[in-house]
Amino acid sequence: MQDAVTTIAVGGAPDRPQARERLRVVVRNVFPFIVVGAIWEIVALAGVFPRRLFPTLEEVAASFIRLTAAGILPHHALETVIRLLSGFALAALIGVTIGVLMGRSRRAEDICLPLVSICAPIPGLAYAPLFLLWFGLGNISAVLLVGFVSAFPILFNSWTGVKAVKEIWVRSAQSMGADDRRLFSHVILPGALPYILTGLRLGLAQAWRILVAVEMLAAVPWGLGWLIFGAREFLNTDTMLAGIAVIGAIGLGLEKLVFQKIENYTVVRWGMITS
Amino acid sequence: MTEQGQRTRSVLRAAVTLAAAAAVYELLARSGYFAAALLPTIPAIVRALIAMLADGTMIQHAAFTMYRVMFGFGLAIAVGIPLGILMARFQRVEGFFLPLVSALMPIPSFALVPLFMLWFGIGNLTTILIVFYAATFPMVFNTWSGVRSVNPWWLRAAGAMGADEQKLFWKVIIPGASPFIITGMRQAFLRAWIAVVGAEMIAASDWGLGWVIFDAKEFLNADIMLASLVVIGGIGFAFERLVFGSIERATVQRWGMVRMAKG
Repeated sequence: MQDAVTTIAVGGAPDRPQARERLRVVVRNVFPFIVVGAIWEIVALAGVFPRRLFPTLEEVAASFIRLTAAGILPHHALETVIRLLSGFALAALIGVTIGVLMGRSRRAEDICLPLVSICAPIPGLAYAPLFLLWFGLGNISAVLLVGFVSAFPILFNSWTGVKAVKEIWVRSAQSMGADDRRLFSHVILPGALPYILTGLRLGLAQAWRILVAVEMLAAVPWGLGWLIFGAREFLNTDTMLAGIAVIGAIGLGLEKLVFQKIENYTVVRWGMITS
Repeated sequence: MTEQGQRTRSVLRAAVTLAAAAAVYELLARSGYFAAALLPTIPAIVRALIAMLADGTMIQHAAFTMYRVMFGFGLAIAVGIPLGILMARFQRVEGFFLPLVSALMPIPSFALVPLFMLWFGIGNLTTILIVFYAATFPMVFNTWSGVRSVNPWWLRAAGAMGADEQKLFWKVIIPGASPFIITGMRQAFLRAWIAVVGAEMIAASDWGLGWVIFDAKEFLNADIMLASLVVIGGIGFAFERLVFGSIERATVQRWGMVRMAKG
């Protein structure tokens, strides 16, 4: 089958070694998945484990298509993404604000740092039962918890970023007569942006990891975490695997499509880092 | 205003902040706006913590959690470091594993908990495997980039001075990659620590710090929850500062590698 693909592609573009090169890259990247898929298929068909617990790939694909066609899977995914984005927006707002304040003012740093350094090393999920007690089951707890937990990396990175802005830039801007507001928007913010973006990226990754578990614990009506957890009760392993695949795809998409794009538009264009 | 004076003022301000935060919390807890079961006073939390430490339950919970973390973390190191080194040294291995690793990495470890519960049941095995899954990827990635970033001049210089493969590996590549490997271990432990708490909550067994918190929720024992939170935070903090700090001092800093790792 690989050979057939190769001949067709080469026949279509005989004079372009680039196309061939690209195809080779694709084949090389796909090959490991074929191997792993084949092993999975053999194990599933051999019946080492009960079929119910270890479905074949066709069954997983079939339930994926069935759930997508019925609109169930998109609904779960949509709710999860909305929850992720609202929690993350909360985290970004709080984290960047406090982080920048801490970087600019010694007093804010002295006040916030002890509290932050006490709360940060506790794993985010450990707060989950506490939030559930305080804010009840459901969406509010989930969003608040995601926001609270993913605010920490954003906060730390914004703080470091503002502190890492070169003193000489600030001074030269001041000597050229920039007032505080211009200094902030033209020097400090662009200077700290690489760090802030790194923080946002880490925060989003953290939010994503936590959210899946929170959905399992907080008993929200829709959501991919809940889908997986609920499917366990009925031994629907194929549904679970389809859900996990969607979760992985969304995670990968967030990283590749959202953050690398933002970084290219802003930081790389300003020449802060070379990519 | 000297540097010394400024530092004293910082410490003073920090102490004032903490005292103020504690006072506000205490006031809220005593005001009666919230149910006492949901917002216990600080003395109640301390009492719960001391009681659990005294009768040994807290220590046993912590021991179970530590056992799971260390087992999973050890497995992750045993798999992650060799795999990372192989990926960096051999193009074939890299070509095969890199796509797999990049595809599996964005799947949060908690998403696998229900699946692993079906496959391996409830208890130690599931928790350890989740920890292992969470900790392996940072280990592999950091080792891989560490070995790749070893300065090629060092390799040539060592080769020119007649080092054989084995010597090259142990005397040049491993020390050269060590800052990255230690960073990887740090990240991996952090991930493992988060994963174990979550896995213990979802795949409830009978012991473990995550399970205590979750179980306390059922009985509205907020004081036990907060006491366990303190223990979890304390252990995580101690590991980060004491264990990894001293490993770094004993190896990387003594070899004079840290500056290179930062630059």
